[in-house]
Amino acid sequence: MFYREAGDFKTTYAADNQTFPILFDRYRYYFVLFVGVAIIPFIINDYWANSILIPFLIYAIAAIGLNILTGYCGQVSLGTGGFMAVGAYTSYKLMTAFPGLDMISITLLSGAMTAMVGVAFGLPSLRIKGFYLAVATLAAQFFLIWLFNKVPWFYNYSASGQISAPERDFFYFINIPVTGPNAESWAKYLFCFLFVFVLAWVARNLTRGSVGRQWMAIRDMDIAAEIIGVNPLKAKLTAFAASSFYVGIAGALLFTVYLGAVEVGEAYGITKSFLVLFMIIIGGLGSIFGSFAGAAFMVILPVVLRNILTGTMGWDSALATHFEFVIVGALIMFFLIVEPHGLARLWALVKEKLRLWPFPH
Amino acid sequence: MKKLAFIAVSAAIAAGSPAAADLVFPSLSYRTGPYAAGGIPFADGYADYMTLLNQRDGGIGGVMTRVPECETAYNTERGVECYESTRGDGALVYQPLSTGITYQLIPRTTADGIPLHTMGYGRTSAANGNVFSHVFNYPGNYWDAASVIVNQLLEENDGSLEGQTIALLYHNSAYGREPIRTLETLAAQHGFELSQLAVDHPGQEQGNQWLQIRRERPDYVVMWGWGVMNQVAVQEAVNIRYPMENFIGNWWAGAEHDVASVGADAAGYRSLNMNRLGDMPVFAEIQEHVIDAGLAAGDGSNLGSVLYTRGMYAAFLAAEAARTAQEIHGVAEIDASMMRDGMEALDITNEVMEAAGMPGIGPEFTVTCEDHGGTGMAIMQQWDGEAWVTLTDFIAPDDSVTQPLVEEDSAQYAEENGIEPQCAES
Repeated sequence: MFYREAGDFKTTYAADNQTFPILFDRYRYYFVLFVGVAIIPFIINDYWANSILIPFLIYAIAAIGLNILTGYCGQVSLGTGGFMAVGAYTSYKLMTAFPGLDMISITLLSGAMTAMVGVAFGLPSLRIKGFYLAVATLAAQFFLIWLFNKVPWFYNYSASGQISAPERDFFYFINIPVTGPNAESWAKYLFCFLFVFVLAWVARNLTRGSVGRQWMAIRDMDIAAEIIGVNPLKAKLTAFAASSFYVGIAGALLFTVYLGAVEVGEAYGITKSFLVLFMIIIGGLGSIFGSFAGAAFMVILPVVLRNILTGTMGWDSALATHFEFVIVGALIMFFLIVEPHGLARLWALVKEKLRLWPFPH
Repeated sequence: MKKLAFIAVSAAIAAGSPAAADLVFPSLSYRTGPYAAGGIPFADGYADYMTLLNQRDGGIGGVMTRVPECETAYNTERGVECYESTRGDGALVYQPLSTGITYQLIPRTTADGIPLHTMGYGRTSAANGNVFSHVFNYPGNYWDAASVIVNQLLEENDGSLEGQTIALLYHNSAYGREPIRTLETLAAQHGFELSQLAVDHPGQEQGNQWLQIRRERPDYVVMWGWGVMNQVAVQEAVNIRYPMENFIGNWWAGAEHDVASVGADAAGYRSLNMNRLGDMPVFAEIQEHVIDAGLAAGDGSNLGSVLYTRGMYAAFLAAEAARTAQEIHGVAEIDASMMRDGMEALDITNEVMEAAGMPGIGPEFTVTCEDHGGTGMAIMQQWDGEAWVTLTDFIAPDDSVTQPLVEEDSAQYAEENGIEPQCAES
């Protein structure tokens, strides 16, 4: 009824090509932004920030990053955890070497560093494809973790090999700490929200521009793409660079803002690579919304389940954990059988139906 | 922005000060995952002792205790979630039983004013109370353990380890890497050679490491293992016919389940222990008041095992600290900052241990504002094929080695985080 294009006249090319062509969608988008910026920071408490919202936002960045590479450019990667570790360790080195630097610069620099490392590990993608590329990125994962364990310079020669984030400020004239134990949760939340907003916006516009079209051409058929004039070297390496930039920022935020102290083998191990890969598969390959949906599914659902099982139903905590695996696993299978293209496709179908509602014929 | 900060701060204060009617000791346990074999008996012992206090004595100083459990699966991200979800409950002290989670909780608990007790694990330099105001690691830490093992070996070798080789087989994490610095110092001091063999999480694959041990035949193998890693290591040692008497675990690598699967073949394997074993009166009381009453945290089968006893010992130390806090402040319903004062004034004597029905379970020690580390003494125990047998009395570590390392590491932490050493002034 209210969810349709009718009556919303587009008079410019820009208006015709906007991300949310339906008025209701646009309002919903502005509403989400408004709630995210102007309401949540005032009511957020430590539990909501540290257990639910901040990890969700950070994993959403990682999922967008991997979606650029795997979903849009078709290059399977199992090295996400290792690239996240690059971001985290770059942040740590910058934070300890330049105590005056603010967090926005540190995080962006960490992303840039990861982009460079990502390009280096992306070079084999010019020769190998599919499963073989997955194995090559798997090697990157293990090599990077080994490197950060092996070379004490990366963890400033600390006795335990742990890195921990000292207190640093938001930006050079906004003296509000966003890392360290004294950081307020609203500041940490807003910091992550800012990155998610900007990065998702950039990703959306990258993927529908010429760069994104090149990526998708490579994904759909690389030989055909080459024949019509897409340079595979450029397309694949830009995808690796952009993807690693995002993943590096996610890794940096995971360490600096969320965890505060990190053990590389545990926080950035192979399980993290799989976690992010599952997010984009469940959320939907080649979709920005799918990245958010997948991150929400994998991060928020277990916490909600745990709270329901142990809190509301009073189950034993070990039993609840075992059941959490069962339920999340069953839901993953259910979604993949019912909708193999992920939650994003499910959402698109709902929108199709809504456009016709209430007169389906 | 100022207004926002004000609102956020006042909301945080409102959330952080509930009217607690119980003494809350959250248990960040792990009953699932590759480390569950160690996590279950410890959590059971911790919870059962608190239940015993409730059932037998009506709590501590007349206030009932409560142990909310939160499953971390030894995973740091879940540890953070557990901390946040239990903190608002009026938590008095945290015992995460994980070095990784400890590293994350050190700055958080200090900022929130909640004490953290990492009994024989965690960050070793936290023994320096000047820098780590809210972290306690009595009765011992990893550097003490390393020193105790070397002292024992020195005694067995007539005071000299010159020219010997000791291999350190360690869990490749913060936990396993902790003793390296001490062992390197001791190696330089006593002239033995140290070779390091890292085992990655979760520790099931140790083929390479044991191949190397088989090739190099070190005189001793010292293990810093946890969870499934211990069982695998013991099995591998038996497979290569390594002399088991020369294979020594630290106090987290010496429980029944670590050796029981190999059984009689593992006889001779030694490990440290920070608590004494054996039949103590308290076990009968737990059996009567807790297990037979159907209130046990687990199935009751772990009663008296190494890690159950240690979990119970941890609960005993927490309960005594709460009692001390009640005496200092003259109120029964203490909060986290009072609990901290109680931990800092803790004085464990033989009479206290005897009164609790666990005579001689640990060494006598006193905690002070400067020293949060206790004595660091440990006993050596040996697996005879069926049970753990205590070999020695409490062995003292070499403080002249560990103390400078503690000073150095804590000074570095203080500098990185802008902490002013505080005890010296007051």
